[in-house]
Amino acid sequence: MNPQECKYTQEHEWIRPEPGNKGKVGITDYAQSGLGDITFISLPAPGTQVKQFKKLGEIEAVKVYSDIFSPVSGQVLEINQAVIDKPQLVNQDPYGDGWLVSLEISQPAELDALMNSEQYDRFVTELPK
Amino acid sequence: MTSPYLQNTEADRKAMLREIGVSSVEELFQDIPEKFRNAHFNLPLPLSELELKEELRQLSNRNANLNDYACFLGAGYYWHFIPSVISHITGRSEFYTAYTPYQAEVSQGTLQTIYEYQSLVCQLTAMEVSNAGMYDGSTALAEAALMACRITARNKAVILPTVNPGYYKVVDTYLSGHDLPLEKVESNLDGLSPDCACLIVQQPNFLGYFEDMATYAQKAHENGALLVVIVDPISLGMFKPPGNYEADIAVAEGQALGSPISFGGSGLGIFTCRQEYLRQMPGRIVGRTVDVEGNPGYVLTLATREQHIRRERATSNICTNEALEALATTVYLAALGRKGLHQVAELCYHKAHYAADAISKLKGYSLIFQQPFFKEFVIRCPVPPYQINEVLFKERIIGGLDINSRIENGMLLCVTEMNTKQDIDKLAEILGRL
Repeated sequence: MNPQECKYTQEHEWIRPEPGNKGKVGITDYAQSGLGDITFISLPAPGTQVKQFKKLGEIEAVKVYSDIFSPVSGQVLEINQAVIDKPQLVNQDPYGDGWLVSLEISQPAELDALMNSEQYDRFVTELPK
Repeated sequence: MTSPYLQNTEADRKAMLREIGVSSVEELFQDIPEKFRNAHFNLPLPLSELELKEELRQLSNRNANLNDYACFLGAGYYWHFIPSVISHITGRSEFYTAYTPYQAEVSQGTLQTIYEYQSLVCQLTAMEVSNAGMYDGSTALAEAALMACRITARNKAVILPTVNPGYYKVVDTYLSGHDLPLEKVESNLDGLSPDCACLIVQQPNFLGYFEDMATYAQKAHENGALLVVIVDPISLGMFKPPGNYEADIAVAEGQALGSPISFGGSGLGIFTCRQEYLRQMPGRIVGRTVDVEGNPGYVLTLATREQHIRRERATSNICTNEALEALATTVYLAALGRKGLHQVAELCYHKAHYAADAISKLKGYSLIFQQPFFKEFVIRCPVPPYQINEVLFKERIIGGLDINSRIENGMLLCVTEMNTKQDIDKLAEILGRL
């Protein structure tokens, strides 16, 4: 069961809204499991402007790489240096220590376009195998 | 359909046909209209092995080969000694005829030789990382320019006019495919601007002499650009390697390190860079790791740079490497060692200076440049160089490169450890007559 307090994208990112129009962003358990052992993460510098559903960064595993898309528009406040140094954290704890960036959310209404926990669970089970 | 070059016997074929339920080989071509089968070609009859060898021998004798001619031609491909131990190792069928032997489960030997190659190249160039080798020096230089554009996120490369003009064309071709301009700047670097991704230089340069790399590195870095250099690998036996003058990407043509000239190919694109740029480096990379039982092993690594994973966003469209040449280079460097390579470089240096000295004393000849040089230098001749080369060729000497289009009556001469004192004296004597 994916965390209730998060919202989810169709590209398997999550955002956990925090007070003050902020949010932590990461990739879901489904995503980390599909990627396999993550070897390298590339994230934008703090201050970078991002747009909803546009590319936020890149994740590399041994045999595959994947773009990460931003769940909302806003500005990058902080990146999680721990996952830069130890990319396996994303595999081990995708919703906790494996968070990727902290965003300032410029348009909170955009959160309504995302799935809630139940909707995302159903979305995943309906994906072609 | 028997032939000494096809290994299947009639019995083999009968068994295969029986297995697939077909009565004859001809039956497999039934879908092709009758009139197109059994086409008749206007070719001579097949030759026996004895006749074939003789025909090929006569063809190859039409080449002037370097066993019979003294060579003073350089300009990118060089006549250096190839120790015989090299062919004994490269000629092993595991190396010579293996096709794409990179599967870790069955190719540890091959992967280890590539790892050793990468390690030796890093020692030679004093650079932090090397790949498994690219096609040749010119394309390695082009890929270096593209890599610099990616790293700096800038859209222009600048190059000195003293870089080999053939390399210039290749770099220009590669960059034009990405709509990236390549501009020439003079050595004062007046054209260097904050929108340049890299400064491309050659050391020693195309005309044979050394340029001020420290200043080039400093000026490039001040502008936020990378220093990309192509070096003569033999010169590294004597002179400062690129890692010591802050090069960001250093490439070289590896032919001189144990491969024959062979009409200009195949070559070896030695490619090195700083560790921090590793993920932007093109080409294959072999890494050392441990297997599930904790034993050391070798694998192709960082595959996420490559096109079979990243498609059009890959660091390059290359999906191969020059394994046999890289192996030859590995054996060459291991066989010679640091001291041996130093000796080779010294021989080239001293013989070239002996030749330059002798020729500059001849009436009508002069040395164009005063800067320090390694094994190549430019002389001005009293008559057009192509005339001199015709005379030399009749005397079984291959003369230097005619660069009259660039410097009036200029000839670029190259002298290596392969040129004897007698060769050089004879060259000077013939030049003196002209």
